[in-house]
Amino acid sequence: MKLHEYQAKGVFAEAGIPTPESELAETVDEVVDAAERIGYPVAIKAQVQVGGRGKAGGIELVDDEAEAREAADAILGMDLKGLHVGSVLVEAAVDFTDELYVGVTMDRTEGRPVAMVSTKGGVNIEEVAEEDPDAIARVHVDPSFGMHPYQARNAVFEAGVDRDVATSVARVLTTLYDLWDDKDATDIEVNPLMVTADDEVVAADAVMNVDDDALFRHSDLQEMEEEGDTDQDDLEAKADEYGFDYVRLEGNVGIIGNGAGLVMTTLDLVDYFGGAPANFLDIGGGAKAERVTNALDMVFSDPNVDSVVFNIFGGITRGDEVAKGINEALENFDEIPKRVVVRLAGTNAEEGMEILNTDLVTVEETLEDAVQRAVEYAEEDQ
Amino acid sequence: MSIFVDNDTRVVVQGITGGEGKFHTGQMVDYGTNVVAGAVPGRGGQEVDGIPVYDTVEGAVEEEDANASVVFVPPAFAGDAVFEALDTDLDLVVAITEGVPQQDMARVYKRLSEVDTRLVGPNCPGLITPGEAKLGILPGNIFAEGNVGLVSRSGTLTYQVVDNLTQRGIGQSTAIGIGGDPIIGTDFVDALAAFEDDPDTDAVVMCGEIGGEDEEEAAAFIGEHMDTPVAGFIAGRTAPPGKRMGHAGAIVSGSGTGTAESKISALNDAGVPVGDTPNEVADNVEEFL
Repeated sequence: MKLHEYQAKGVFAEAGIPTPESELAETVDEVVDAAERIGYPVAIKAQVQVGGRGKAGGIELVDDEAEAREAADAILGMDLKGLHVGSVLVEAAVDFTDELYVGVTMDRTEGRPVAMVSTKGGVNIEEVAEEDPDAIARVHVDPSFGMHPYQARNAVFEAGVDRDVATSVARVLTTLYDLWDDKDATDIEVNPLMVTADDEVVAADAVMNVDDDALFRHSDLQEMEEEGDTDQDDLEAKADEYGFDYVRLEGNVGIIGNGAGLVMTTLDLVDYFGGAPANFLDIGGGAKAERVTNALDMVFSDPNVDSVVFNIFGGITRGDEVAKGINEALENFDEIPKRVVVRLAGTNAEEGMEILNTDLVTVEETLEDAVQRAVEYAEEDQ
Repeated sequence: MSIFVDNDTRVVVQGITGGEGKFHTGQMVDYGTNVVAGAVPGRGGQEVDGIPVYDTVEGAVEEEDANASVVFVPPAFAGDAVFEALDTDLDLVVAITEGVPQQDMARVYKRLSEVDTRLVGPNCPGLITPGEAKLGILPGNIFAEGNVGLVSRSGTLTYQVVDNLTQRGIGQSTAIGIGGDPIIGTDFVDALAAFEDDPDTDAVVMCGEIGGEDEEEAAAFIGEHMDTPVAGFIAGRTAPPGKRMGHAGAIVSGSGTGTAESKISALNDAGVPVGDTPNEVADNVEEFL
């Protein structure tokens, strides 16, 4: 899960990382009231889960009430890279002399966490990593010991951070690592970490992504996820509710399968045969009939879908369960809304083919044939 | 011949009393795998379909001389189960469990560097030497004995490509699903090196996907160290940047590496033909044989 900026700042502040005074607001009046309490100038920042908010007009710095009203009115309710802005963070503007970057992430090549520091903060750090990799100091951490303070100091000095703030920056980095560890984060970042004229450091932004697979041991984060889930579209919300890996795409051929690699391959084949995939939907391993029914419900709910290909290669998933789910889902309709092509192979596929109601679906034996047929149906039904 | 598993493999199943553990133990036994024990804390002394269950993996190793384990333990306890297996002197641990927290795996990965045991997985279908042994959840009936090795990051894609091979009479020496998680025990390079050293593997299929740089590293290894020909496949050509497509690893960052394009060109540069469809992969393998 991705935390919103205001949520991540709450977590950081509680752990002792200095953050600017701020309040969450959902209306123009709330923005103005918050700004009065905090004192101008303030930054008004859209709370949606996308990068590059500033460039897209989602962050404004304002000096007085008139400007605050105008900015709040423009940002609240705006569409930012496809996401609806429902709330903004009103935050004290920081008078800074330097902008740093600090972060912790998993280095998947090394199989262990890496902490990073750079004096080139305040900009797109991925670009820095690409163009000037030496500008980022990196230190790998043994996850069984955690980060030693000397490792944070080494990284900070290697990055060339000013000696007057080095200790504070190193402390922020060890705190970030401890949070990364305690909260099962996958990435955690402050960009920029602002340095003030009197050598204080302040986290002016906060990024924290948490491993979904570890949420079972963090009830506090689960609550945040529910509270922050406001900018999804209906289908994505439905996918979350059903617990599917789902990605909505631009095309019109709906795709349901088991296993990420096979579903991606099905997408690629739709494209290869001249069609366009409408979605990626992985029902996962060992799916029972109900899950299959839910998957069809999801894809039928997407108005862009003209045909559906259901591609199952059973391993832990059993063909008879899948067939049962397809039958149950389709028998509810007087008229099935889109034509469905089914391809079943692997564990219990023969048992599945015996119970599959072939009056309701088109059956193909191979992956290639199934995809081609679904692409043809989509073209006919356009 | 084969890599990693054969007729001599003696398996202990961790989590044998659970639904999946029990079902797939039956499937493994039916396939001819020598499952000698189960290990479930608190269930020692019981039997599952005639297989003795021990409270600890250590017990199964001491009493039944197990040399490999297959882990069907739920995600919250899977990291601990793998640690337990690594603290005995097993040759091989295969972790099937999906959804093991990344930080648990980072600690397991550190431990792996200190022991001689090979880990396959987690979040993988396991591995099979057709006609000899199957450790995991792969559907045994699609495989055939032969001389083509297969290594894949995706379980169901493994089945698909194997099916394409078997359908046209091309059998497999060993097929291994390494799993799509960001941190895994055995990677492409480990499997490719083992296939290169196996005199009875005459060609190898490598199925990758978008995300990470494992395929690029594998391509470099193939270019420098392999005489055995390799045919490739990369899933996710049409995936949009920045979206996570199921596997934790299957995300494209938007920068140069990790895309299908960069993986395909790295493989091509190493002399590996990359098929557009699983069927084309089988065509390419046929050319090699």
